[in-house]
Amino acid sequence: MTEKTFTITAESGLHARPATVLVGLASQFDSTIHLEYKERTVDLKSIMGVMSLGIGQGAEIKVSAEGEDEQDALTALQDILHKEGLGQ
Amino acid sequence: MTFLKGIAASSGIAMAKAYRLVEPVLSFEKKAIEDAAQELERFHAAVTTSKTELETIREKAKVELGEEEAAIFDAHLLVLSDPELITPIEDKVKTEKVNAEHALKEVADMFVMLFEQMDNDYMKERAADIRDVTKRVLSHLLGVQIVNPSMISEEAIIVAEDLTPSDTAQLNRQFVKGFTTNIGGRTSHSAIMARSMEIPAVVGTKTATVDIQHGDFIIVDGLKGEVHINPTLELIAQYEQEQIRYEEQKAEWAKLLHEKTVSADGHHVELAANIGTPNDLEGVIGNGGEGIGLYRTEFLYMGRNELPTEDEQFESYKAVLEGMNGKPVVVRTLDIGGDKELPYLDLPKEMNPFLGFRAIRLCLEEQELFRTQLRALLRASTYGNLKIMFPMIANLDEFRAAKAILIEEKQKLVSEGILVSENIELGIMVEIPSTAVMADQFAKEVDFFSIGTNDLIQYTMAADRMNERVSYLYQPYSPAILRLVKMVIDAAHKEGKWAGMCGEMAGDETAIPLLLGLGLDEFSMSATSILKARSQILRLSKKEMEELAEKALQMSTTAEVVELVKVRTEEVVSI
Repeated sequence: MTEKTFTITAESGLHARPATVLVGLASQFDSTIHLEYKERTVDLKSIMGVMSLGIGQGAEIKVSAEGEDEQDALTALQDILHKEGLGQ
Repeated sequence: MTFLKGIAASSGIAMAKAYRLVEPVLSFEKKAIEDAAQELERFHAAVTTSKTELETIREKAKVELGEEEAAIFDAHLLVLSDPELITPIEDKVKTEKVNAEHALKEVADMFVMLFEQMDNDYMKERAADIRDVTKRVLSHLLGVQIVNPSMISEEAIIVAEDLTPSDTAQLNRQFVKGFTTNIGGRTSHSAIMARSMEIPAVVGTKTATVDIQHGDFIIVDGLKGEVHINPTLELIAQYEQEQIRYEEQKAEWAKLLHEKTVSADGHHVELAANIGTPNDLEGVIGNGGEGIGLYRTEFLYMGRNELPTEDEQFESYKAVLEGMNGKPVVVRTLDIGGDKELPYLDLPKEMNPFLGFRAIRLCLEEQELFRTQLRALLRASTYGNLKIMFPMIANLDEFRAAKAILIEEKQKLVSEGILVSENIELGIMVEIPSTAVMADQFAKEVDFFSIGTNDLIQYTMAADRMNERVSYLYQPYSPAILRLVKMVIDAAHKEGKWAGMCGEMAGDETAIPLLLGLGLDEFSMSATSILKARSQILRLSKKEMEELAEKALQMSTTAEVVELVKVRTEEVVSI
């Protein structure tokens, strides 16, 4: 299992668009990918799960992936978070 | 029934197939099923169809509304692929042996509740997304047509109970040829939109949605206020002639495009246009508008989930100011409340919304929202000839308070080193009788008045303009209204200020002679009415109209005023 912690820097947090971007990307990988925030864990391939966390600016989130392509998945997710200016 | 009578709300003739914008019935019963596999297949098929539909809508939205607006459909698509939603539905069908409709509804309702309970407004609104998506899948399970105005891809006439701003925002101007609605009058939103889209409309037909079926061929006669359902070939031919005549008349008016609006005896007035968005500019310029007399900024705030940012607003205001190339642009600050709601502001329902917490009253309370708009306007002011006006001013205290906020924001911007025009005129809408009565006092402090007759009439007569049973009281030519209008114009002129009018009355054929006579300086109307009004004013003598107006003010009833104008202008005004 690979995991990584990020801080959300986007002003409006993980709202519709950013959430769709992340979920869309996560869905392209075979690994099981989870998102943890405030001791709640959801499937990062579930838009409703991600949105139900209500992640705002400054939130610390943990992304973990498990499976054949877990490294690639995490790298890709990290890239998109940086590229879209969502988190670090 | 092949013929309906309504109110001619936007002129012209449209002939096309009917598109019923009516919410389908999505009711069903919980049923036990035998074959779960078959039921799941039905469910998956409905989901697949919904996805295909959403993909099409998203592509269209991308082209027409931009990437940002289209993103919402990406979210809808992901909801439909979401294992958290789909798996429990499948499980329910399999284990409980219930129909897919029931399983879908149960699971979706659970999520809707979950989201609605969150204390984050944004998340609460996501409940609406889930409802939306569920409705779409449900409609396919039930085999009913879900209304989707943005999907219209052939020429159509919209048939609806009424059209809301968010309905009209979704309409594709390329294909929508006309409207007809059950309710509404000349000043209802649907009518105003039709005129700004320059398409014919007949409103207030009472039974359009009952008598017209999806796909019926209909004629909307926006000149006479008639709708013909599945007309004979003869009638179609007749209307084709009518259409040609109307086009010829329009061509005749078009010759006045670059003319100034000067009465027969040499008095100049300004004919301006009412607009809702920068997209309306094309129509203003194409119809010879000499300015914008009313820019309704509330459209910037509608059909979305959050307040527009200062930059978004700035871009819109700038576009309008630049587009008008130095001609005057009167921007009305946010006029929300009453019949215009913003779901995300979460304002409580009121017993009397038209007499309630709206427009400037709301802006003075919710100052952040107001200040953002003012800053955007001030920043845009250097791109053209900006005039700012406050809506629904009831007394001088309100005007002073609003002005003080404007000055504060201006000083802040200047101290930040941002350029702001020094010549921004500041005026008010006169739409509350108390303000008309006190116009002499206001005139000392404002730079201009714009008389908003739609509301002024309803407030003066205490008659809701949306209520058909009291619509007989909605009388623009009432001597009472004319006297108020006169008070306002006279008060402005006494202080060397100007007075305009931005209600429907300003473009009305019967009212124009009277308003010219009363000395109105600026007439702001639907862009499509400008050339017709210009052709009318060119033939009128201001001096003679002054005498006419003087007489009208002494009449005792509306009918007498109408008769007076008719007799006096019949020889000069052709229809």
